[in-house]
Amino acid sequence: MNVATPPDALAAEGLDVCYRVRGRDRVVLRGLDFRIRRGESFGLVGESGCGKSTVALAATRYLPRNGRVSGGRVLIDGRDVLELDNAELRRLRAHSVAMVYQEPAKALNPSMPIGRQVAEVFEVLGSPRREALEKARAMLGRVRIADPASVMVRYPHQLSGGMQQRVVIAMALAIRPSLLILDEPTTGLDATVEAEILDLIEQLRREYSTAVLFISHNLGVIAGMCDRVGVLYAGRMVEEGPTRAIFEDPRHPYTVGLLRCLPRRGRSKAQGRLDTIPGQLPPIGAQITGCIFAPRCVLADDLCRAVDPPPVRLSDGRVSACHHHERAPDLPTTAPPARRLAVLVDQAAVPVLSLDHVSKSFGGGAVTVRAVTDVSLELWAGETLGLVGESGSGKTTLARMILGLTGPDAGSELRINGRALASHAFQRHAAHRKSLQIIFQNPDTALNRARLIRRLISRALGKLAGLAGAERLERLHALIALVRLGERHLDVRPRQLSGGLKQRVAIALAFAGDPRVVVCDEPTSALDVSVQAAILNLLADLQAERQVSYVFISHDLGVVRYLSDRIAVLYLGRLMEFGPAEAVFSGPHHPYTEALLSAVPSVEGGRPERIALRGEIPSPVRPPSGCVFHTRCPRKIGAICERDVPQLREIAPGHSLRCHLHLDELGGAQAPAAADQASVS
Amino acid sequence: MSEVTTASVAVETLRTVRRERLRVILRSPTFLAGAILVGFWILCALVGAAVVPVDPYATDLLHELAPPSAAHWFGTDQLGRDVFSRVIVGARDILTVAPLATLLGTTLGTALGLVTGYFGGIVDETISRLIEAVLALPLIVVALLALVAIGASDSTVVVVIGLVFTPVISRTVRAAVLAERSLDYVSAAELRGEGSLYIMFVEILPNVVPPILVETTVRLGYAIFAVASLSFLGFGIQPPSADWGLTIADNYGLIDGGFWWTVTFPAIAVASLVVGVNLLADGLSKALAE
Repeated sequence: MNVATPPDALAAEGLDVCYRVRGRDRVVLRGLDFRIRRGESFGLVGESGCGKSTVALAATRYLPRNGRVSGGRVLIDGRDVLELDNAELRRLRAHSVAMVYQEPAKALNPSMPIGRQVAEVFEVLGSPRREALEKARAMLGRVRIADPASVMVRYPHQLSGGMQQRVVIAMALAIRPSLLILDEPTTGLDATVEAEILDLIEQLRREYSTAVLFISHNLGVIAGMCDRVGVLYAGRMVEEGPTRAIFEDPRHPYTVGLLRCLPRRGRSKAQGRLDTIPGQLPPIGAQITGCIFAPRCVLADDLCRAVDPPPVRLSDGRVSACHHHERAPDLPTTAPPARRLAVLVDQAAVPVLSLDHVSKSFGGGAVTVRAVTDVSLELWAGETLGLVGESGSGKTTLARMILGLTGPDAGSELRINGRALASHAFQRHAAHRKSLQIIFQNPDTALNRARLIRRLISRALGKLAGLAGAERLERLHALIALVRLGERHLDVRPRQLSGGLKQRVAIALAFAGDPRVVVCDEPTSALDVSVQAAILNLLADLQAERQVSYVFISHDLGVVRYLSDRIAVLYLGRLMEFGPAEAVFSGPHHPYTEALLSAVPSVEGGRPERIALRGEIPSPVRPPSGCVFHTRCPRKIGAICERDVPQLREIAPGHSLRCHLHLDELGGAQAPAAADQASVS
Repeated sequence: MSEVTTASVAVETLRTVRRERLRVILRSPTFLAGAILVGFWILCALVGAAVVPVDPYATDLLHELAPPSAAHWFGTDQLGRDVFSRVIVGARDILTVAPLATLLGTTLGTALGLVTGYFGGIVDETISRLIEAVLALPLIVVALLALVAIGASDSTVVVVIGLVFTPVISRTVRAAVLAERSLDYVSAAELRGEGSLYIMFVEILPNVVPPILVETTVRLGYAIFAVASLSFLGFGIQPPSADWGLTIADNYGLIDGGFWWTVTFPAIAVASLVVGVNLLADGLSKALAE
């Protein structure tokens, strides 16, 4: 090794890892080669099951008991991690490497105050107790915790998810590691919080000049955070190189496919279908000859099926493992041409679903949680209503009230086709029940795992459509064809199907009774992007064919934009903005909507200037006076916001919002507004 | 790790998974040892009476209290009956009464657990408090009182032990049902208009079978122990059965005289059966947890 250059922060050389599952070794990483230079940030992307987390576990020798490195080497700071004895390994973990995982709540000791936990890190490094506490306080300050002293005496459960993750990051950076491993550090956090955490990581990384291994399934996050990116597919690095190059000019069909699956900013269902990647990931440990991606690749030919492509070094320092890398950018699209029917919204008729002054409070007396306050909305046949807001904004409570799983407060009125709906599902008329169905977020828990798919769908047809015998069988086949499932998917249990197929079954169940309104509660957030695209296409097709209406909940604004005709923005259980999707996105919009939109990570380089929201979502037990958003609003005018509740006012036909700001001052309206003001003065 | 397993399972057939799981179970030394022990005693209970070398009920006053020898492998008792044959045959009663009692307790406990776990609220509060009250009483005391009141017979033993086990099993089932209750498929069933009974017994029950199975096996071990104890005290299985507990009760006074074989062999039999059942339960719970 060259003495002059310092060793890489992390290097994998021909790394093979396998897991022993039910008595057999199954390969999860296949000859992985990559290096992270000192101070560099390296992103690892790929769909779930590709082995991303295994890389992190192998690098720190934290593989589970049934996993082992079966070939190759991992070097941290030039030292082979696999060769270290226990004492050296402990020293490595104490001084050189730090890790931050997805769920901060699990990384913190629930029975120890925050201050002690952070101080412990310094004590391990040799500081006496008092000094350690002092250092912990300083460290918490560095991760931008406003009041470290009060946070130090609190326990983890008293902090929000974003705060907990800050504490974990503080502990990770306390040792000034040469390598920081971040495994989906912001997954599960709200977009606004995610953006803050990412900014923080970026700043601290530069401050500490730490090398970062950033693992994420979210391409947008990686695009904004990393110098270099590695794309992992089924345990193999299919493409690797500088971030900008990979995202702007991908040279592996898998990377191209992944990027095309994303609903890009501003794209909507009216502009056609999303691209998908056909097929699915090979099973863990599958024996593969030729290119691992060949079965799903449009470019695959006999060469690909016979010979495993060697990594090809291209210009600008990147590597692609594809025989046809030069043809990858022109990959033919797989999406069949759009056969989208124009949605005919007949505004003269009654709305299919209407909510009038709907509220829900939980508990009673001094601690009444007002989850939803006075929301009025209507939904027309064949359209999608997107519900948007941070967690705790009341989206899910609202959806549960529509379905009759949670009873609304007295005074709330829900109507379907103009007829009043009973508050609980079991009190509702059978016809109303079948008209209102749901697609849950997680198909694993939404399908009874003890049942065969055939029986699940038959039962739904029996209960919702009232069918039996031959007629039911006929409808069963029509229904599975509708959701693009085959006969072979019927006589299996849910666990034998992939996430995307399971979600198709869930969609079939919801559509068994020919519903008028389907609530989609984050239907794609548990799925990989390639599968997400296929499910979104299916939902859009079904809507066009059947004129069904959706109430669509998602934290992913790109997805909401793609499917929604109108969007309702909720904050602390109140409707802040409601209007046509395009108008809500392009503005003029509410300051809260503006902040949400600016927090979305995007693969199209250069995040727009992010609008930071100060502090945390206030407690719904004691909501702020006046405008509930005033405590975090970046555009707060003054006393009027704290005193008066702004009325929902219509700023354009069908587009209303709740803000004291003058129409010209609202975000998204700046350019024309400025011009107007100039002419007035 | 979980994503690894789900992904691999996605394309394997259920049969492969089951076969592999079965292989893991069968390879577990714990489970295997338990299966051999319990299997041996079940075999004894089924065919023991037909194959024993000496009639276990035949008295032979010329050879009373004979030490173990080639003719009488485990010696003879004070009536000259062959201890070896009696130990083999003695498996039958306990292996009838204890499983039946466990079955009764499991059935009632599962039903109670489903109801309390599914409905929650006031139903759960009421039944759970009652259960806690029952749990506070020592098993043997309750059983003794009931047996004295109703009179001892095999069926009373089954009913008493079954009822005493019911609250314990219902707690396990309730905990499992609570976890299932919050899953979306239950909400989906409610939205489909399914009745409570259907949701409890058809939707939820199949998914809580593994913990019930483990709990049942553990309870079986306790039931064997309880039956043997009651028989020893004279409130369980009644003479002239060759039951182990009964035999020990009849002969324990003789240990002072050096006639250890009359008590030791039936005692080993009880112990080995209880240990065997517990090994089974251990192996089962490990395999199902994977």
